[in-house]
Parts: sequence; structure tokens; C-alpha cells
Amino acid sequence: MVPIDPRGALIVEATFNSIIAAAAPLIIASMGETITEKSGVINLSLEGSIRLSAMTAFAVAFWVGNALAGFAVAAIVGALIAAIIAYSSIGLKLNQIAVGFVLTLLAIDLASFLGDSFVGERGPRVPPLPIPFLSDIPFIGKVLFDHNLVVYASYVAIGATWWFFYRTKPGLTLQGIGERPEAAFARGIAVNELRFWYTVLGGAMVGIAGAAYSLDVKLGWRETLTLNLGWIALAMVIFGGWHPLRVAFGAYLFGALQVLAFQLQDVFPGVSQVLPIAPFPLMILALVFVYSPWFRQLGSKFPRMRNLLGSEAPAAIGTVFERE
Amino acid sequence: MTRLRLAVPTLVSLFAALVFGVLLLLVVGAPPFEALSLLVEGSFGSASKISATLLAWSPLLLASAGLVITFAAGLWNIGVEGQVIMGAIAASWVARVVPGPGWVVVPGTILAGAIGGAVWALLAGFLKTHGGVHEIFGGLGLDFVAAGIATYLVIGPWKRAGVASTSGTDIFRQEAWMPEFQAFGVGWPVVPVLLGLASVALVWVLLRGTLFGLRLKSVGNNSYSSFLLGIPTNRYLLGAFALGGALAGIAGTVQVTAFHHKLVPAISGGYGFLAILVVLLAGFSAALVAPIALFFVAISVGSTQLDLRLGLDSAFGGVLQGVIVLFVMFGGAFAARRASWSRSTQEEP
Repeated sequence: MVPIDPRGALIVEATFNSIIAAAAPLIIASMGETITEKSGVINLSLEGSIRLSAMTAFAVAFWVGNALAGFAVAAIVGALIAAIIAYSSIGLKLNQIAVGFVLTLLAIDLASFLGDSFVGERGPRVPPLPIPFLSDIPFIGKVLFDHNLVVYASYVAIGATWWFFYRTKPGLTLQGIGERPEAAFARGIAVNELRFWYTVLGGAMVGIAGAAYSLDVKLGWRETLTLNLGWIALAMVIFGGWHPLRVAFGAYLFGALQVLAFQLQDVFPGVSQVLPIAPFPLMILALVFVYSPWFRQLGSKFPRMRNLLGSEAPAAIGTVFERE
Repeated sequence: MTRLRLAVPTLVSLFAALVFGVLLLLVVGAPPFEALSLLVEGSFGSASKISATLLAWSPLLLASAGLVITFAAGLWNIGVEGQVIMGAIAASWVARVVPGPGWVVVPGTILAGAIGGAVWALLAGFLKTHGGVHEIFGGLGLDFVAAGIATYLVIGPWKRAGVASTSGTDIFRQEAWMPEFQAFGVGWPVVPVLLGLASVALVWVLLRGTLFGLRLKSVGNNSYSSFLLGIPTNRYLLGAFALGGALAGIAGTVQVTAFHHKLVPAISGGYGFLAILVVLLAGFSAALVAPIALFFVAISVGSTQLDLRLGLDSAFGGVLQGVIVLFVMFGGAFAARRASWSRSTQEEP
């Protein structure tokens, strides 16, 4: 499979380039959800958040004529939905799965209803921005550094999330409130307040991912635009065992599947309809696999890889912390 | 007394949801009162519209009744959408291959739908009890797999002669259709409605008056102590999945044999997810499911008129349903919080 003639090399280069670009919104959304879930809250509304933020991003960018304004408003929309979930769980003691599910359906329909008049319009887009010098490196330059700000933001999201979780003190606190909120509270940490803000932060990232879809990947607004991106991001967080690098790996794998499906479309006509389903059985298989005793022993065999191989959900995920 | 105390915040929330809907209509520049009256007219305005509303009510009743069972067991059966689809696929298979008169084929499609839904639900159940996969994510994954299978069948093996399109399979032969009863110049979906009401009654009796129901609720409340008390927890959870899935599967049968008369990719009509909203609003009670489901399908069916008459997107109905559930949940929570505040202020002089 090693390309020998230069034309083959170009195709491989372009394919990898488009995989990186296709995965970018998914990576931003799933990093946001990873942060939220690590703090112990599940934001189930991702599919709705992404659709509503994609629609509002397009509407605002269309009115203002500026893509950046669209991204800003989309982040606010995502953050607001997340804030509703966090408040109703922490402040009102409502079930966060229930509220998240209702908001999913509500935001999906709200996006369809309010976005109806924007279907088919053309709006501004994110301009390409090859990084000087780096993009001149053979192969790697073209694949990694010949993109736009959304894609670079996805790199930053992966790196920053990983570094924050495993190399900083607030990151350790974040894991603490998701694993043992009582212990964190006993050490004087404002568990519920932190959870609220991490949920809002994660929601804002989800909103940015929505904007990335309507202003970069697909350009424009229509109901089926985001193709279950929100549900897929939720699946990716679990597939990746709440570890930023594994989550990113899952997202690139899915990006590869998407690009492959697009290219195989002419050969197998059904493939573009069936392949988008692939992340879901993969997620289920991954969950069954990591639950098996064999996988559980891996962590103890390779202590240095324990973080990466660990697959337990944050112990206090989805529960409400109340001090007695 | 507690009912009365619950009724006030609920009514306030409903009114707030209505105000939200009116504001939303004003935002898009639509006449709010004409739009709201179209919702009523579009769902109950004529005999044929009432018949359409009742036909849509049936699968929603079936799926909601199934969810009451799984919620009673403490399960988040998000996989209900996939169970409706697998029921529809199994029923379509019977409608396509089983020969003979209606009284053979129609019960066959109902049975097949129940089995299809139950098998799909049990898959999520075994993944939970034996594979460590939480039912929310197992169910969600299986929803997409079921939708993928339906699409594959429609454009692949079951495609219409000559053309492969996503508009659906060939229409089933008429013997496989659920019979309608003619009156007032329209056909009435008597069989689907009876199936729906029977499922609600069955679930109500099961949870109220049987040992199975009592134990199921105890598993739902506290599965660990139920296990310690000697209840085979996993068996009860799987039983709830099977029963809930069977009812959702029959909802799929109704969709294919009473409504579309063929298999289409979006066969579930979103009734699985809508049923989750209905059951949340009903506070997981079987008795309240029937009126709330009727109210919700009236909104869904009526909102198609908004598209036809005012050029609005029919998603308005879904927005209204979502806002109602959200506001009622919030209203209840606020009321509970105020009650606990006033109690604590009374205790501390």
C-alpha cells in the first residue's frame, strides 16, 4: 500500500488531510463532553446543542457577515443549554438525564423551526490559514498544517485537555469532584460550583463544534446538516474511556470512516447510508471489551499505561452531590 | 391534598409554556392565535382529522406503556426507538412472506412486532446485565443500528421493483393491513386504538396488582437491597426489557400495517422518543399516560397544518411538547424547593 508514484502520494496526502479536517468538530465536541463528564455531570443534550448552535451560528454569521461572530454566539448557546442542565441538576435536584433528554428534543425542533428561513442561504465561511513554514514540511505539513483555525483549535483542545487533566492541580481537582465529591468537599473544594462551570465550559465547546459544522465543514444550514454528530460525540467519550487521547483516536477513526464512505460511494451505493452507523456498534463492542476481565488486567500489566488503558467512568458521574 | 398542591405549579407551568409558544410565534412573525387554533383544528377539526389523531395516538400509547414498565424497573430505556423500528421490520417481514387471509396475517404481524421489539430490548438488557454497558448507551447505539437495518432493507433486499429509493418498500397486500371500520365517511383505527388502550391497562394492572409488579418496583427503587432480599434482580430487569420492548415492537407493527402499509426508513415516526417525554410528564404513572399521549399527538398531528396553511416549520409542535415537559419539571422542582424552605423556616423560630 506504500504509494510509489507521486500521484498516489498526493492522494494519500489529500485523504489524510481531509480525515483531519472531518474529525475537527467531533474532537472539539467530544473534548467538551469529556471535561463535563470528568467533573461528574452528563450533558446528554449534545445532539440538540450542536444543532441549535449550528443554526444560530449560521444565522448570526449571515446577518453580521462575520464567521467569528457566529462562533461566539454558538458558544453562548451551547453554554446556556449546559447551564440549564447543570442548574436543574445541582440547584433543583432534577434528574440530569431527563432534563438533558428533553433539551435534546427541544433544541433539535427549535433549530428546525427557527432555522427554516435560512435553509439554502449562503453565508460566510472560515478562511483557510496554512501555517507558514510548517505547512511546507513534506507530507506532514500538508496533512497537519494546511487547514483553518477550526482544525488548529481541535489540536489545541486535545493537547490542552490532556495537559489540564494530568499535569495541573485544577485538573486533579476536576477528576476529584467526578470521582469522590465527598472527599473533595472535605478538602474545602466547592464541588457543585466547579461542576457547574465545567459543564458550562464543556457546553461552550460543544457549541463551537456546532458552529464549525455550519460555517466550515458543510457551509449553510439544514436540519440533517450535522448527521448525528452530537450522539456520535457522546459515543466517542465512552469509546475513549474518558481519556482525551483515546477519545481523539476514536474521533480520527470516525473521520477516516467518513472519508472512506465518501470515496467508496460510487463503488458501493449503500455505503454512505450504512457507514455513519458504525460508531455505535463500535462503541458497544468497545464497552463490552473493556468490561472483560482480560482488558482489566492490562492496566496492572502496564502500570505506566494505566491512565490510557483505564476505562472506568468517573465514579460519581450523573449523581448529585449534597453535603449532609 | 398533595394532588392539589401539585396541580397549581403544573397549571402555572402549562400556562408559561403556552406563553413561550406565543412569543416564539411572534418572533418568526406568525399570527399566534391563528396558529394555535390551527393546532386544534388540524387534530380534531373533522372526522378524518380525528381519525388521523387516533391512529397516531395508538403507537404512542403502546411505546409509552412499555416505557412505564422499564422506568418502574429503574431503567432508562432510550433504546425504545430502536425497539419500535425492529418491531416494524419483523412485522413487515411477516406481512411480506406469510400468505393467507387477514385473520392469519394480522395477528402474525402483531406477534412478530412484539418479538422483534422484545429481542432488540433484550439485547440492550443483556449488554447491561452481562456486558457492563449502561442501557442509555447500549440502547442509543442499538437505535442507530436498527435505523441502519431499516434503511438497508428499504434500499437493498426489500427495494421496490426496479427502483432503489429511500421512499419505502412496495405497499403490502391488503390482507396484511390492520382492518379499519367505516363510519361517518372515514375509516377508524379501532384495532390500533384498542391495542394501545389494552397495553396501558395491562401495565396499570401489572404494576398495581401483581407480585411481579411489586417486585419490579422494588428492583427499580433499590436494586441492591432487592437483591439482598432474594429477588433475582437481573431476571426482573430482563423481564422489564422484554415486556417494554414487546409493547414498543407492537407500536412498530401499527406504524407499518395501519399507517404506512409499507416499510420506510423513518418508520418509528419519532414515537419512541416522544413516548419518553409523555412518560416523564406523566410522572411514570400508567393512568396519566393515555390523556397526555392524546394531548401530545394532537399537537404533533395539528402542527402539520402550520406547514400547510402558514408556511411554518411543523417542528413547532415538537418545541411546544418539549417546553411543556421542561417547564412542568421545573415547576414541580420549584414547588418542592419552596415547600422545603417554608418547612425549614417554620422549624427554626
